[in-house]
Amino acid sequence: MIEQEIRTPAPRTGDRERRRTRMLAVGGGIFIALILLRLITGESDITSSGTMGATLALAVPIGMAALGGMWSERSGVVNIGLEGMMTFGTWGAAFASYFSGNPWLGLLGGIVAGAVGGLLHAVATVTFGVDHIVSGVALNILAPGVTRYLSDLLFTDEKGGGATQSPPLPSFPTWSVPGVGKPLGSLEKHHWILISDLAGLVRGVLTNLSPITLLGILLVPVSYYLLWHTAFGLRLRSCGENPVAAESLGVKVYRMKYSAVVISGALAGIGGVFLAMVASSNYQEGQVNGRGYIGLAAMIFGNWRPGMVAGGAGLFGYTDALQLRGGAGAVHAMLLLIGIGLLALAVWRGYRRRVVAAAVSAVVGAGVLVWFFLTDALPREIVTYSPHITTLLVLAFAAQRLRMPAADGMRYRRGGGH
Amino acid sequence: MSTTEPAVELHGITKRFPGVVANHDIDIEVAAGTVHAIVGENGAGKSTLMKILYGMQRPDEGTIKVDGVEVALHSPSDAIARGIGMVHQHFMLADNLSVLENVVLGAERLHGIGGKARRRIEEISHQYGLGVEPDRLVEQLGVGARQRVEILKVLYRGAKILILDEPTAVLVPQEVEELFGNLRDLKREGLTVIFISHKLDEVLSVADTITVIRRGTTVDTVRPGDVTARQLAELMVGSELPVPELRESTVTDVPVLTMDGVTVRDATGRAVVDDVSLTIHEGEILGIAGVEGNGQAELVEAIMGMLPLAAGVVRLGDTDLTGMATRRRREAGIGFIPEDRHRHGLLLESPLWENRILGHQTRPPNVKGGLIDRQGARNDTERIVRDYDVRTPNIDVTAASLSGGNQQKLIVGREMSGDPKLLIAAHPTRGVDVGAQSAIWDHLRHARAEGLAVLLISADLDELIGMSDTLRVILRGRLVGEADPATITPDQLGSLMTGAGEESAA
Amino acid sequence: MIHRLFARSWTRTLVAAFVALVFSIAITSIVLSISGFNPPSTFQAMFEFGKEPDSIVNTLNKAAGYYLSALAVAVGFRMNLFNIGVDGQYRLAAMLAAAAGGAWSLPPVLHQLVIIIVAVLVGGLWAAVPALLKVTRGVSEVISTIMLNFIATGIIAYLLNPGRLAVQLGPNNIGTKTISRSGRVPGTPFPGTDLKLYSLLVIAILAGIGFWFMINRTRFGFDLRATGLSQSAAVASGVDARRMVVMAMVISGAIAGLIGMPQLLGESYTYSLNFPTGIGLTGIGIALLGRNGPVGIAFASLLWAFLDVSSQILDFNDIPKEIVAITQAAVLLSVVVVYEVVSRVGQRIDQRHVAAQLGEVAA
Repeated sequence: MIEQEIRTPAPRTGDRERRRTRMLAVGGGIFIALILLRLITGESDITSSGTMGATLALAVPIGMAALGGMWSERSGVVNIGLEGMMTFGTWGAAFASYFSGNPWLGLLGGIVAGAVGGLLHAVATVTFGVDHIVSGVALNILAPGVTRYLSDLLFTDEKGGGATQSPPLPSFPTWSVPGVGKPLGSLEKHHWILISDLAGLVRGVLTNLSPITLLGILLVPVSYYLLWHTAFGLRLRSCGENPVAAESLGVKVYRMKYSAVVISGALAGIGGVFLAMVASSNYQEGQVNGRGYIGLAAMIFGNWRPGMVAGGAGLFGYTDALQLRGGAGAVHAMLLLIGIGLLALAVWRGYRRRVVAAAVSAVVGAGVLVWFFLTDALPREIVTYSPHITTLLVLAFAAQRLRMPAADGMRYRRGGGH
Repeated sequence: MSTTEPAVELHGITKRFPGVVANHDIDIEVAAGTVHAIVGENGAGKSTLMKILYGMQRPDEGTIKVDGVEVALHSPSDAIARGIGMVHQHFMLADNLSVLENVVLGAERLHGIGGKARRRIEEISHQYGLGVEPDRLVEQLGVGARQRVEILKVLYRGAKILILDEPTAVLVPQEVEELFGNLRDLKREGLTVIFISHKLDEVLSVADTITVIRRGTTVDTVRPGDVTARQLAELMVGSELPVPELRESTVTDVPVLTMDGVTVRDATGRAVVDDVSLTIHEGEILGIAGVEGNGQAELVEAIMGMLPLAAGVVRLGDTDLTGMATRRRREAGIGFIPEDRHRHGLLLESPLWENRILGHQTRPPNVKGGLIDRQGARNDTERIVRDYDVRTPNIDVTAASLSGGNQQKLIVGREMSGDPKLLIAAHPTRGVDVGAQSAIWDHLRHARAEGLAVLLISADLDELIGMSDTLRVILRGRLVGEADPATITPDQLGSLMTGAGEESAA
Repeated sequence: MIHRLFARSWTRTLVAAFVALVFSIAITSIVLSISGFNPPSTFQAMFEFGKEPDSIVNTLNKAAGYYLSALAVAVGFRMNLFNIGVDGQYRLAAMLAAAAGGAWSLPPVLHQLVIIIVAVLVGGLWAAVPALLKVTRGVSEVISTIMLNFIATGIIAYLLNPGRLAVQLGPNNIGTKTISRSGRVPGTPFPGTDLKLYSLLVIAILAGIGFWFMINRTRFGFDLRATGLSQSAAVASGVDARRMVVMAMVISGAIAGLIGMPQLLGESYTYSLNFPTGIGLTGIGIALLGRNGPVGIAFASLLWAFLDVSSQILDFNDIPKEIVAITQAAVLLSVVVVYEVVSRVGQRIDQRHVAAQLGEVAA
């Protein structure tokens, strides 16, 4: 899939259909591989409803960061500050929901706090032309300081609160598709091939949903529609492709970039809300734990397109879910899949006569397999970081043939064109 | 279709930039339904004037009238609303968007961004014979097609007055003819065209009226029937234009650069330089003619070692350069005047003397061992500034603060000072004023007389024909033809470049 | 004359730093006022506490690590390479160096030297990973170094276990085996206090001088700066961009390896759970504040360390000491903005100046 070339000047609708088919095929293929893996290793958590549910849940914050990154970068602003914006989001959610007692105001608080972070990034990069990475890094240094100060000021006197965490927060109601949970649950228990696995997948995805999860899922098609089927989206994307041209046609480039980066911050903020109020019961310092950066990796993996970006978020969410639920055993089982996958990649590359790449894949793949067979479990301390390791591996083996917006990350001054 | 009111009137336009006056007391009257040319050399103030007319910059003094009504243009949107449209010299297109998206961008209110807009584009394309396909990605289009998209973009917005900024700079003669055909169609439909150029023959053939700008002000307005190209040139620069020409041949039979079967592939495996073989001898200038984007840039980068070869051999004298790093190649005796001096030739934010070191980091007088010899580099920069007439207050100013012509002279001086055997000159006089142009040609002649081999790449066919001992034509990465610069005309060369004369391939 | 003021880059830096400092003090004051504290008395308390000998020693000791960290970051920044991974590099390096120093018993001088060399090697090698990923696979070093920070945390947690590289140091603390006396560097006394200065402060100073020399006087430094100013021009001039990425990253990682040394050999003698973390991230801020120059970074790290140390007094006055985090972040964010503005203004003045001197009409 990754090696696939998209060069033919086919009509765009055909392109889209092909992309969709390919995504479905890839998704199905991965699922079947996971089933096989469960059979071979006996790690039932690989496809259990619990893991699937957790995947969805953990994919939401990463996905929100990734979507946020996509919005920002489609307008030409690289947003490494997502991590900080999510941090603002977690704190904003805690502040608003705790003092109002209303979870929905928490959602609003997180969105606003994230958007404020986005606004800061926009001021620095768009108005003042600061290097995007520098501004983003500065923001990531700013966020923990500000939230620590504010927590110290506002949470320490509250019951259960402190400088590094908020008191317990009100929670959102959860929701399940009626009539799904029980029958699927019993199906799942039988561990029948495919049927139980599918039951696990469906049950995990359809039960105990938080409204933030639903919101997150909804925002994927909404982003797609806004960016690709409205005049606003066209203008925004044109700023990421060729801002000088956009300006020459009367597009207010600064305004577009501001909107995009603020929306980006708001989306990251939603991710923060999820972390503070859904994935956990209170705000804790360091809660974001690199998810903003992982989101950025998911965005790159997704080639700056919403469907694929969501897929990337799902992948990282899955590894996170697996390490949390299945623990060392299930992640250890993954080694088998990775090893075989790399060997397959090596064969494919050999077939394409890319000898060096093939050799590297083969050696790494074989190494992973040896590791799998020589050990029974992976060290717990390292398993914790499997999403980060996955990110690194995915970028290393997949960061090819991507098409980022042409003017992404470039400084742009109004009237700068000739 | 002419009305009594002129379509555009500019009176007493003056524009000052910090430290300089770009335009002063400009007076132009453009009659409706005509093609009005504005000519002037690089740096005469044409682009500033057009930016003012298109609302990208505001004049400090003077008035603009459109259809007899005085207007204040604060932004391109204002200009568009007044029916003024602009086709920029550097295309204003987003490669990764479709033609449709590029056209409707900023004008979504007119017909949306969907089917209605597509029909309207097809309509306009048909009406003016532009042959534009709305659903293609812009990156798949050639230069001529992109320009037609730009024209369509302007028409889509209902422009009645079109400004074309140096529209022929990137076209071959045949495409220029097509463009002029399009312009006549536009004129017939009652539109007004303002045509900016410094190519006098073209101006004489297409314009109804010609206004000449020199040093920021209008010096005369003439009719094409009343003047010759030579008279126009004198109006334009105040003296005669420099002529690119070589005197007696200095070509020897000692090969300097030999390329044999050189092939370069892009990331997708397509050959962008395809089986190119050529030899340049001592004292020879070999010109490469070709429509831009046919592999010239890649050919140069292959010689410089900036792109890996998929096949073939490059030799400099007896040295095999194949597989050698760029730095070693430079040390072996290659001087390089890059096509885009800002991207490849200068550190804009660094002082001139540091720019002297660039590309010569390993050679005296810039270094001693592994250390930078500041004094040596500074002294030699002073020499270049003197010998190559680089106009600068001192060598500590940044490269960015020099004019284009002076930046280019600095680069030429630097690249000539490493005792090169081969000089690669890619568009050496692009965007420089007449004085610098003439100086650079002199330096090339001088280098040739000293026995240098020169690879000259240019889009200016007069320069190519005048300054080359040998001419080769590149098309889709292949060398498809050879021409004798002594006999060939620009028209003939143009048809070779578009492949029309492929049967005469050597 | 304004032109004189903006003529040299260091004056621009100075102007930018001054404006940013004023701005961030203003922000801090506003935040303090809103939170119900009195800004002048807060600053007074910090200043009084900060100038005590104890605080000065602490500030200098802290600044040493910050300085090295910012230098490591600056090596990359100078060529637009973002080594966000200094944090992981120094922690991994310090941990393994401490383990090596505790495990091996060597004569003095050699012992210290071996520890430092291990740290430099580990830092450089860990930094080589993102460098190789970048040049062979095109992976953005920003994301890979951040991920490697997390992974380094995992590796350290794994290795820092009894039975692997750690021993029990106390009821609630584990760490590497304590380095014996032969591997330690005694501190330097400071008048008015029992606290001692890290003698390895000298490493920071030497590294700063070396950095300055490398960047400004060597061919390698020229290539590095050229790559940072314009990668395309550098490549056309014969700089091997891939090699530069690997070299700069490894040098950066090697300097990162030094960060923990003054502390390890001068005070803690073991890498335990208490070993300071996060210095690598702070270094990014300090490098930006100091404009990636060795002198600027020196001032910036002293300022940062001073704020850290002097804020300790605030808790006694019931003011959250995290207020300095806001000061630090504000000074950082404002300095990057102000510097951008100042350099743009400077460039425009330059151009005007040249045009005026030549009397040319440029368009």
